[in-house]
Amino acid sequence: MDMTEGNDPAEESDPKVSIRNLYKIFGDDPASVLAYAQAGMSKAELLAEHSHVLGLRDINVDMQAGEITVIMGLSGSGKSTLIRHLNRLIEPTAGQILVDGDDVMTYGPLELRELRQTRMSMVFQKFALLPHRTVAENAGMALAIRGASRAEAAEEGGRWLARVGLEGYGDYLPAQLSGGMQQRVGLARALASNAEIMLMDEAFSALDPLIRTEMQNLLVELQNELHKTIVFITHDLDEALKLADHLVILKDGEIVQQGEPQGIVMQPADGYVTDFVGDINRARVLRVRSVMTPTDAPADGAAGEIDCDATLEQMIALTGGDTSQNYIVTRDGDPVGELDMKDLVKALAPETGTTGTNTAASP
Amino acid sequence: MGYYDGLFDALGLRDWCGGGAAQDGPMTMAQLLARSRGGGEGEAVATTPWWQVPFPSLDTLNASCPAIWRTRDLTAWVADGFLAIKNTLKVVLDPLTQPLSWLLDGAIWAMLAVPWWVLVAILLVAVGLLTRSATLTASVCLSLLFLAFIDHFDYAMQTLSIIFVCTTICVVLGVPIGIAMSKRDGFQRSMVPLLDMLQTLPTFVYLIPLIFLFSVTESKLYGIAIILYAIVPVIRLTDLGIRLVDKDVLEAADAFGMTPRQRLLGVEIPLALPNIMAGINQTIMMALAMVVIASLVSAPGLGVLVLRGIRNLELGVGLIAGFSIVILAVILDRVSKAAVGRISALTPG
Repeated sequence: MDMTEGNDPAEESDPKVSIRNLYKIFGDDPASVLAYAQAGMSKAELLAEHSHVLGLRDINVDMQAGEITVIMGLSGSGKSTLIRHLNRLIEPTAGQILVDGDDVMTYGPLELRELRQTRMSMVFQKFALLPHRTVAENAGMALAIRGASRAEAAEEGGRWLARVGLEGYGDYLPAQLSGGMQQRVGLARALASNAEIMLMDEAFSALDPLIRTEMQNLLVELQNELHKTIVFITHDLDEALKLADHLVILKDGEIVQQGEPQGIVMQPADGYVTDFVGDINRARVLRVRSVMTPTDAPADGAAGEIDCDATLEQMIALTGGDTSQNYIVTRDGDPVGELDMKDLVKALAPETGTTGTNTAASP
Repeated sequence: MGYYDGLFDALGLRDWCGGGAAQDGPMTMAQLLARSRGGGEGEAVATTPWWQVPFPSLDTLNASCPAIWRTRDLTAWVADGFLAIKNTLKVVLDPLTQPLSWLLDGAIWAMLAVPWWVLVAILLVAVGLLTRSATLTASVCLSLLFLAFIDHFDYAMQTLSIIFVCTTICVVLGVPIGIAMSKRDGFQRSMVPLLDMLQTLPTFVYLIPLIFLFSVTESKLYGIAIILYAIVPVIRLTDLGIRLVDKDVLEAADAFGMTPRQRLLGVEIPLALPNIMAGINQTIMMALAMVVIASLVSAPGLGVLVLRGIRNLELGVGLIAGFSIVILAVILDRVSKAAVGRISALTPG
């Protein structure tokens, strides 16, 4: 059920992490009912007739290096189960998990530990810091696990604390910090492990809205510098759209739609996704490139130029609300399309705003 | 003849019972009483009203059918069985438990050999370091001096040294057992009934088999009794403490690739420590309770004075010794609780 929008250049390189035909069934004997799940028996039927709970069905996701892949779904959709398969905190019933082309499912305990210690770090919803260790020791936990001395680990931890804005808090205990600060420690701990892949399980969901925005900005800022491969779980669509390079929407353990976030907003695959994207502030989420008409040679008479990554909100502010004009859309100064302000206004109203031609969704 | 003669006859078991043959062995008290009332047993059956039907116990059935054991045969069988394995058991247990005797004797000897003022100083420093509380240290000092003033210091120190040795062994054995229980549900299920039994068995009952196994003059006799009785809380609370460790923190430990050893020593034990310490506090108090009773089997200390009070009806001796035990108990409880509090404060959450 791959609904990836086309012409995304990143899709062509080998993915950093790849999930193939993943199934997870909870119950006494999952293997016995796997065939039914694969044959398409519904979650309700599986529970009623075989008393097994379908956790995940036929999940296929490619995660590109240096991108943030956001997996979004409501509670019970299986998103937290899915992320725990990546480092095998939960064992799948069937399927493959490829990291750098290597099937993690074939790993023994030693290789698995090596994967968790050096190649994948994790940030948790409830922070999960060690309450009896100082903040700096917590931040340096990954190094201590690998065998560094406590002092070395705390020093490296302290360096990352400074990066997440907690300089000088190293000697505190986690309980002495606020929730937002504790999650900064959680982030520092994951970054200090220096793993290329970072799993973030509802990392900001337990925080106040303002702190959450602050943490999202921090993550974006760090990501621009570090280019980690991040798998981010959330139930918040605004957060998903803000962070995602690749968005996966889960419902009842199945992928409903995945692809570039702009594409999902412009062309929801079904009613479920439509309902989901109906509530968002489209002007803030949508970018000019999603509503422009692509062309190499824009017509004359344009009122001005606009970068393709500008949001519609910025565009409206620029024009002062005037909808009578056309603009040239540029990427790095070169024209890539033109924008009729009428299209922009149409795009703000979800039901009638999308036309067949305005769906190009390249970053 | 018994009440149930008819039943055995009806079932055709009379031959198996050996007919109406007289039973061997001495008479039971019931038979003796019946005979002294002058009536024959047969008449007793005839005159028993229906609402006084005797319960078909071993003794009652035996009256009708001598092939069935009497209860006294059962107790004799238990005794014979125990005596039969006693020597084998002793060969195994004796060398294993011998160090316990040495430890207890050594500890008691050391406590008494050190001059009183050195001993008081050492104890106060230990209390000070453990609790970091000046008031508690001062009250311990006063209590010890009071015990010394009424000439109960040596007794109290004997009791204290036994408690130290036994509690230490309880912790050394109990914490690993508790950890093993927390890791394996099957092991936990099999241990719980055993722990329940150790905790509910009347304290005197511990002493009975031990008296037969070891000589009453050996210190390990009471040492084993105290350890068996006092080890339960530290095992239970270690198991509980480790099971209660925050699942999220354990998941984080796994996600960052901790080895089982790192996880146990770096996360589980530190986070379970407040519970483990609460178990140790309980263990100390139970060891104190048992050391008094163990004076029956030659455990030295304040219990000996209590026993003297009971045996010789020396009211004052018994009560003063009892009061001294209370002082000791309060000291031990407060100090160990203060230590628990300090450790819990170090590991919040």
